[in-house]
Amino acid sequence: MSVCLPPALRPVVQRCAGVLAAGGLLWPVLTGVSAVVPEGRWSFTPPAQAESFAGAPAHAPAQDWSFRGALGHFDLAAVQRGYAVFAGVCASCHSLTQVHFSDLGGMGLTPEQVSALAASWQVVAGRDAEGRLTHRKALPDDALPAPYTGPEAARAANRGAVPPDLSRIVQVYPGGADRVYALLTGYASSASAPGAGAARAEAGFANPYAIGHRTAMPPPLRENAVVYADGTRPTAQQEARDVTTFLAWISSPHADDKRRLGVGVVLYLCFLACLLVILKRRIWSHVEK
Amino acid sequence: MKHPETQDHTSAPAAFSGGFAGWMEQRLPIFSAFRKEYVDFPMPRNLNWLWNFGAILVVVLLLMLATGTFLAMNYTPTSAEAFFSTEAIDRQLSGGWLLRGMHVTGASLFLAALYIHLFRGLYYGSYKAPRELLWLSGLVLLVMVMGTAFAGYVLPWGQMSYWGADVMTKAVGAIPVVGSALEHVLTGGDHLGDVFLHRVFVLHFIMAFLVVGVVGLHVACVHITKSGNPLGREPKGPQDTLPFHPYYTSKDLIGLIVFAMVFSALLFFWPGLLTEPANYAPADPLHTPADIEPEWYFLPFYGLLQSVPSKFGGLLAAASAILVLFALPWLDQSPVRSARFRPACRLGLAGLVMAFILLAAVGKHHATGEWMLIGRLAGLYYFGFFLVLLPLVSRREKAQLQAASPTTSEGDA
Repeated sequence: MSVCLPPALRPVVQRCAGVLAAGGLLWPVLTGVSAVVPEGRWSFTPPAQAESFAGAPAHAPAQDWSFRGALGHFDLAAVQRGYAVFAGVCASCHSLTQVHFSDLGGMGLTPEQVSALAASWQVVAGRDAEGRLTHRKALPDDALPAPYTGPEAARAANRGAVPPDLSRIVQVYPGGADRVYALLTGYASSASAPGAGAARAEAGFANPYAIGHRTAMPPPLRENAVVYADGTRPTAQQEARDVTTFLAWISSPHADDKRRLGVGVVLYLCFLACLLVILKRRIWSHVEK
Repeated sequence: MKHPETQDHTSAPAAFSGGFAGWMEQRLPIFSAFRKEYVDFPMPRNLNWLWNFGAILVVVLLLMLATGTFLAMNYTPTSAEAFFSTEAIDRQLSGGWLLRGMHVTGASLFLAALYIHLFRGLYYGSYKAPRELLWLSGLVLLVMVMGTAFAGYVLPWGQMSYWGADVMTKAVGAIPVVGSALEHVLTGGDHLGDVFLHRVFVLHFIMAFLVVGVVGLHVACVHITKSGNPLGREPKGPQDTLPFHPYYTSKDLIGLIVFAMVFSALLFFWPGLLTEPANYAPADPLHTPADIEPEWYFLPFYGLLQSVPSKFGGLLAAASAILVLFALPWLDQSPVRSARFRPACRLGLAGLVMAFILLAAVGKHHATGEWMLIGRLAGLYYFGFFLVLLPLVSRREKAQLQAASPTTSEGDA
């Protein structure tokens, strides 16, 4: 696509443009040919999107989440169980970079419980005299430690795939909580079969909810992967449900505070609005239409 | 007709004769000036609810400055730390989620209120003599607010921040002759990094306060020319006006409360409506997001940008969409102000709103397939309205009016 120029004019324009264009910029602009987008138009959809459509993830069935909707709330018992699943399973590969231990107090823990929980993690304390890394028990003000020192280490440990950070995963991942849950529970049954072989692992694990229906993440959850403190039976479904609730909560840990404050604010505004309407009507009652 | 005005206010200086007020009055008459401009100030008595948005915009601007100041205290403008510090505001800073939520919601609703305010001016002919400067200062504000909003969106340094900034700097680079130099000045290097982010931060901060200055000019203009009104006829005397206080202060308060309810609903209950989820992922220069999309308030211009089959042409179209508004007082020569009395213009304006919304939809769909055609048609209509339809209609109206009564005074319908 280009700006239509009569053929006779083109060399003239080209010459002028060549003079003007300091750095060859004007010519591509005039003709609509651009180095960035071949058709010369502003276009920000990469062609890959159209290609991968055949492998588009299946639509995740909607689940009944208590935190869904404008007036939802988090089931903090489920969030705490979900934390157990995260700490016991997910944390071996995934990070929660943005989260501090003290943030976990929002799950309904006392400061003492948060300290105890933090102390069950090891963080890097620095280097000793010989330059070796030293570790110490984490304190509430520490960020949750990442399982790998960087993306290269993560890639090396996971056959080239980098496990994503989970701090905002439910917000960022298209499909949200439903899709996270569907992905965790939606592995094709053959994927988890023993002796699947290196070749299968190389290509990823079959999962209709992953992009291209393959994911590098091995099926993470199984029955009794964790022990729940509250005695709930840790089936794979239950674990997936709880950890999804935890991840949704950690994506916006103040969502419940937000809704609670919102109810108060809106009630107050309604009350104030009534008063102001009365005031305005009284003031304007002197004015004839 | 009854006159609710109290006549003793007219001799304002006399009210400040003794004590501290009297002492001030002789040196700097701020009390009497305030009384003149914000208490006794004559307002047309027939203003409708569309006249509430000026006050709403002032309040939202103050809210943005207040929340922005405290956000800036907790923000680090480096490419390594920007995303982390924003997340820390949301997660660890006490009340930070509320501060940031108000700032984000405020930005969106500021632009929304600004568009309504602009449409009000368009519909009731608030750009016509003697209010040309009022209109022009308002448009300068629109441009400045858009710039500030864009700069602010870059600051969290999420994926959309980064790639939006990438599109914007490349767009600047597409300007002939000076483009690449300008792009370099803006980015401060050959990639978007610390220097760019720091510049954008300073720009965002300084622009916000410049906006306050121009708002001062804008308000000064309205106090000279007085407010327009839905009929478009200037008030003939005190029987057509009401003092600003308490009549319009009480009315503005109701407008503000309704606006605050919409604000709260979006802030507390539907925060996802205004935020782009992809911006909660940190900026990654190596990974282009599936589709780059600006905030909703830029979508119509984004639609224009993408509908034009040339990069610079697209940029020109998007910029002209605002620039053409600056010429409006001279494109529309009809002495009739209000679209209430201009049926053709009214129809055309409805089409204009449609075209604007359609262009936003085109921007949302990246002008692919049939959206490209719709985008071009809507773009043609947008410019056609201002450059062809409005001048023609206003010429015909002028001729009709002169034929009807050659002595019709300006502004009468």
